Amino acid sequence: MKISDMAARFGFEMLTAPKDSEIEVEGGYASDLLSDVIARAESGNVWVTTQTHVNIVAVASLKELAAVVIVSGRKPDEETIDLAKTKGVCLLGAQSPAYEVAGRLYEAGIRGSPK
Amino acid sequence: MSGGSDSEEKIRMQLPIRGGDFSKAGEASSKIKNILKQLGVSPAVIKRVAIACFESEINIVAYANKGQFSVDITTGEIRVLAKDEGPGIECVEMAMMEGFSTAPPELREMGFGAGMGLPNIKKAVDWMKIESQVGVGTELEFKILFGGGENG
Repeated sequence: MKISDMAARFGFEMLTAPKDSEIEVEGGYASDLLSDVIARAESGNVWVTTQTHVNIVAVASLKELAAVVIVSGRKPDEETIDLAKTKGVCLLGAQSPAYEVAGRLYEAGIRGSPK
Repeated sequence: MSGGSDSEEKIRMQLPIRGGDFSKAGEASSKIKNILKQLGVSPAVIKRVAIACFESEINIVAYANKGQFSVDITTGEIRVLAKDEGPGIECVEMAMMEGFSTAPPELREMGFGAGMGLPNIKKAVDWMKIESQVGVGTELEFKILFGGGENG
């Protein structure tokens, strides 16, 4: 599933655009602990989190994640948005909480790694 | 340079890291990652290097006043010495345990301080050494082999 299709389908607000709009989302990961995401998320994953500060961009960029979905209507600050634009990291905003977002993505075929 | 492996191509870099500057955290690690990509190092190895570098970088940004990476890349391996001027680690053995953290609440709220940093590094590297002096700073050195070492 392309990021723009995913955003449209689930009503995510596109806060910053992906570097490449054709990129396909491959799997997902949900966590608020950065070290956990660093260790276990896979490149191409969509990352579901409540974190909004600037380091989510560094993590997403380093891990080459497809997109970050910031849940529960939380808004990243300007610094985060600016850095995401610079680095071409796609930030999406969801009104629903993490469990709900992850569940819908899973239902749509975006799976995690079972380990 | 003289030495046994002087026929190998070598890349040497010093990358400064500023303590407390979270907006720049990850830049040194990204630079290293991009160089390894250009060199054609396998994605599985790059992933491990990225984990170890990022965790080391975050530790310096979160805890130290300043620090730097000294990076040595040969055809067979990467060595990183992450050296900082900072508070040091009182008990390295405890810090190596998963879940142990001295992070203040502000850091934990940002999703750091889960006590996973050093254990993550240990899992990612083929060799590591950590020396710390309280009130002076910490030196963490690690090595990752490109040829699929014990973790490859």
